[in-house]
Amino acid sequence: MADPTVPILDMRAVGKTYRANGRTTEALREANLTVSRGEFVCLLGASGCGKSTLLRVAAGFEAPTSGQALMWGKPIPGPGPSRGMVFQDYGLFPWLTVRDNIGFGPKSRKRPAAEVRDIAERYISLVGLQAFADAYPHQLSGGMKQRVAIARVLANEAEVVLMDEPFGALDAMTRERLQDELLELWSRTGLTILFVTHAIEEAIFLADRIVMMSPGPGRIETVHEVDLPRRRDVSSPAFNDLRRMLAAQLHSHHAPRTATVAA
Amino acid sequence: MSTGIDAPALPAPTPAPSPARIALGGGLARAGLALVVPAILVAIWQITTAGRPYSLIPPPAEVWAEMRDLAIGGVNDDAFSGTLWTHLSASLMRVYGGFALAAAAALPLGLLIGRVPVVRALLDPVLQILRPVPVTAWLPLAMILFGLGPRSAFFLVFLGAFYPILVNTVFGVRSVEPRLFEAAAMLGCTGPAQFARVVLPAALPSIFTGLRLGLGFAWVVIVVGEMTGVQTGLGAIIMEARQLSRTEIVICGMAVIGVAGFVSDWLVMRLGRKLLAWSPSHG
Repeated sequence: MADPTVPILDMRAVGKTYRANGRTTEALREANLTVSRGEFVCLLGASGCGKSTLLRVAAGFEAPTSGQALMWGKPIPGPGPSRGMVFQDYGLFPWLTVRDNIGFGPKSRKRPAAEVRDIAERYISLVGLQAFADAYPHQLSGGMKQRVAIARVLANEAEVVLMDEPFGALDAMTRERLQDELLELWSRTGLTILFVTHAIEEAIFLADRIVMMSPGPGRIETVHEVDLPRRRDVSSPAFNDLRRMLAAQLHSHHAPRTATVAA
Repeated sequence: MSTGIDAPALPAPTPAPSPARIALGGGLARAGLALVVPAILVAIWQITTAGRPYSLIPPPAEVWAEMRDLAIGGVNDDAFSGTLWTHLSASLMRVYGGFALAAAAALPLGLLIGRVPVVRALLDPVLQILRPVPVTAWLPLAMILFGLGPRSAFFLVFLGAFYPILVNTVFGVRSVEPRLFEAAAMLGCTGPAQFARVVLPAALPSIFTGLRLGLGFAWVVIVVGEMTGVQTGLGAIIMEARQLSRTEIVICGMAVIGVAGFVSDWLVMRLGRKLLAWSPSHG
């Protein structure tokens, strides 16, 4: 599968239009994006810029209304285990323990029970939740829930991990720790990650490449390579230059809206 | 990613002291409180009926004597002596048989109506029109369809239990968070496999509410059902005793239905607690 010349994800002029109550909304227009294996790409933009739509097209939850969404050069047929999704609201199964949530994917793919148990065990320890293996989701903190959500996607041998503002609902300290843990996991496993965020600093801290998107209709505006050495120092001048530049770009998207409010 | 654990919501995953365990300490006081109102009612009953030969309602002591006669005999030695268990087991069979049949029909139907638009469009209108028809209104038709006898009673119990189970199952299925279907799909669980692994467990709290209500209705309906020329059953004994003006037997039958209904509800609740331990609002 892993032909190095074929990108793992290839979005070709992807457009998405919703029709509801006789009104059409263009959520995404002609988005072109390729992601290579092992890359960490952030989709950054204000709300309504289509970043989540693009992610959901890549996941297979939405079919593009125009253009093509390809994985390894083939059209994405629908949601599937090769593209694991981590939601902001976790999406854990409340009736399953941590262990069974993590084992859900392998079990769905008809792995033998003993193997499912081994896999679950391995990924429980990977995210450091050994003491909570038999807890139910409602007994966990937000950070722990998101660890389970990440572990269950990895336990299912996802080739691409799609993350939709996964740390958006967490407090600042937990968010920073999970960012570190995610980077460590990424560098250790060679995962491919497509990560949606509206936080500039998060994007610079995490990404190889930042895809800046803008609203009305949602589209890809610019793509920035981030070649700062890792682990990135958020207080370094280079980090701040990039932050200032992206902030100016992001605020220009907000400008019309703030003007209307002021008037 | 094994670096530390952020502030946990619980010190450990071991279950917190359950309400049942806390209640053990105050169990005696609670049982005492529960007896206060029945004691007052029995006292009023006693005061208003005892020592009045022309009272149409027999006093508590007379009813208690009759209850003993019904259960083990040796007091009146009439046609009713020692027949309680025959009637009770006949009613129990009909209640649980009708209820089981209703659950077996309503559960899959509810899952399909809740999840498959075509099935919903096909069945929902019919079921909604039939729903307001009271079970008692079915009685004449049931007698024509199933004849005089236990089969009519069985049918009415089925009907009484069917709708609460169906309605709550549909409601439970329709209120499953869409996110969970997405999560299941991206983990490789799609199509019909989602019924067993997502729809059913997610709707279980609601389904249990339906089962409890359904079983309650089954006990309500059984008396009506057994008034149609059935020889055995608590409804039959109540009807027969009424015709013979044996009011003390009528009251005994009512009391037994109350206790039996209470015990079955308690059993379903116990089962629910066990199966819904994961739910913060049950468990």
